[in-house]
Amino acid sequence: MEHRNLKAWLYLLPAIAFLAVFMVYPLVDVIVYSFEEGYNSASQTFFGVGLYNYRYILRDPYFLQALKNTFILVIITVPVSTGFALLISYALSSVSKLRELFQTIYFLPYVTNTLAVGLVFMILFKKTAYTDGLINFLIKTFGGNSVDFIDGPYWAKMTVLCIYTVWIVLPFKILILTSAFASVNKDYYNAARIDNTSKSRIFFKITLPMISPMIFYLIITGFIGAFKAYSDAVALFGTKLNAAEMNTIVGYIYDMLYGNSGGYPSFASASAVVLFLIVLTITVINLSVSKKYVHY
Amino acid sequence: MDVTLKNLTKRFPNRNKHIHTDVVAVNDFSITIPDGQIVSLLGPSGCGKSTVLNMISGLLKPSSGKIYFGGEDVTELPPEKRGIGMVFQSYALYPHLTARENIMFPLQNFKGADKLTKEQMAQRVNETAELVQISEYLDRKPGELSGGQQQRVAIARALVKLPKALLLDEPLSNLDARLRIQTREEIRRIQRETKITTVFVTHDQDEAMSISDTMVVMKAGELQQIGKPQQIYDDPKNLFVAKFLGAPPINVFFGHVRDGYLYIGEDAVLPITSEKEGEVFVCIRPEGFVPAPDGPFRCSLNSVDVMGRDVTVLFSHPSAETKILRAIVPSENVIPLAPEVSFSLKPAKTLLFDKTTQERIAFSVR
Ligand SMILES: Nc1ncnc2c1ncn2[C@@H]1O[C@H](COP(=O)(O)OP(=O)(O)OP(=O)(O)O)[C@@H](O)[C@H]1O
Ligand SMILES: [Mg+2]
Repeated sequence: MEHRNLKAWLYLLPAIAFLAVFMVYPLVDVIVYSFEEGYNSASQTFFGVGLYNYRYILRDPYFLQALKNTFILVIITVPVSTGFALLISYALSSVSKLRELFQTIYFLPYVTNTLAVGLVFMILFKKTAYTDGLINFLIKTFGGNSVDFIDGPYWAKMTVLCIYTVWIVLPFKILILTSAFASVNKDYYNAARIDNTSKSRIFFKITLPMISPMIFYLIITGFIGAFKAYSDAVALFGTKLNAAEMNTIVGYIYDMLYGNSGGYPSFASASAVVLFLIVLTITVINLSVSKKYVHY
Repeated sequence: MDVTLKNLTKRFPNRNKHIHTDVVAVNDFSITIPDGQIVSLLGPSGCGKSTVLNMISGLLKPSSGKIYFGGEDVTELPPEKRGIGMVFQSYALYPHLTARENIMFPLQNFKGADKLTKEQMAQRVNETAELVQISEYLDRKPGELSGGQQQRVAIARALVKLPKALLLDEPLSNLDARLRIQTREEIRRIQRETKITTVFVTHDQDEAMSISDTMVVMKAGELQQIGKPQQIYDDPKNLFVAKFLGAPPINVFFGHVRDGYLYIGEDAVLPITSEKEGEVFVCIRPEGFVPAPDGPFRCSLNSVDVMGRDVTVLFSHPSAETKILRAIVPSENVIPLAPEVSFSLKPAKTLLFDKTTQERIAFSVR
């Protein structure tokens, strides 16, 4: 037994070593930096130890803005994208003709570059000297006032960012859910039909519980992904995100390290730790809530 | 309620693009399942048993033919309107619901005047659970039940809505040998108590013989024979049925009828009068051999196994279809270990079939 344990550890060693060097060590390091005041990576010096970095970022309006943006993004896009993905993949699994074609179409955005999709969104939403963009054209034809979605009011920019994020994450979720729908044994549906079960009851009482592990997986990864969002905002609003009020936490961290206001690894570390704690809390909550609703 | 199938045919389009003929899973199949009986559909794998069952349930639409439930034509009725209960081979118990919730599921679908109150539902569930003897497991999920218990929950779920007919598709195939025998007795008992017309699919002849009032033997989508199990065993219509039923299997010889005698090889084994002369298949049940030192049927002896009450004699014969032949004789018989063994034959256990049509040939012993 002892011997076998030793062997198991030996096999695990490369992976553990790799994880230790590239995951655990940096993580510990970041936590350490976050408590070191004015850490300078070139000279490896700092002034003191304490909560100064946290106090600073929690008072920094840019950080608070990024925090707010990230939360809005998470709260809106995760449920909306998961809901849409459920709807679309349920519809997909109900059609028999041309299903593969539809699946391909819905999957296209996933293999398309984020920035290219950003470009398309620009064409749809951006106001220029020559055109108001396609969406504004539609708004106007239905009697509304045109809005500048890219450089205009906060809510307009947030709307575009949310739509964009949903659009980006949708294909993967649809892919996962269509295969989840397909994996439900047909016998369950046959049994339910023979017992005269209504379509909606079949969906809510049989299909949903059966695919609940997949939905849960999507919600967890969706939360984590949305908390780490950054490139989506860049694709739409460029790199000057603080000025555009569209920064996210990861964007803020990047700016603190390399941006115009860069060179503050201590502040970056503190914000990274805050982000880590938020994601950890949310995931723990998710896991405990899921115990009740997810059936493995 | 009796169930009548009339000229039922099911064709599936062929998946192989180079073959344009359809797969005929069930062909011109007509039977009547009498009210209150338990009927088994028996046949080798792929012969169309499940297809017949699924057409009765409505999950499959027949390509042609009619289905009647007690005189009413239900051919066009969808499964949810047919009011039948079905047990699937996989049981199809909803894994996220407890046994109780599973059994209650069909009741919660009742609409309009049939709607039951919570108390009525609970009572029906408890009664049904008692019938199948799973009352103590009601709060467990299917994953926490043994195969046999799951199977009973599945039967309870099918029975709880008091269906007009109960359909079971190989419900015992997932169980081990002992549980299988135990559970089939349970099914028999439950059917006797409820008197629900039951159709039972199996490819295990023991199961079919022991459980059913009426047995339906199928081959390649076609009806071979329908009747009481013992009657089909004693009186098979054709070579296929004779070979399919019986364990150990029936012994098949190439023989011929000539000048009032049945010949196997050079031996005139029985003096008979028969409507047909010429080449025939001679099939003899293992219990149809009587060891007799001066018997007319001479074979080479391979071995003798004494197993309690019975003695199994393994022997061979040049005119036999298989290399090893089997006779089962009561253990009073002492069979001397010699290169040869001689038998006389019991006429009732000897069956003749036409060489070409493989249909049964009637004969009488002179
Ligand atoms: N959906 C289908 N499409 C094409 N062919 C099918 C389909 N379903 C069944 N078949 C064919 O019809 C025939 C009968 O199938 P069926 O499932 O009724 O057999 P079975 O007697 O139940 O066999 P088993 O004992 O193995 O369950 C088989 O040859 C099968 O390949
Ligand atoms: Mg089958």
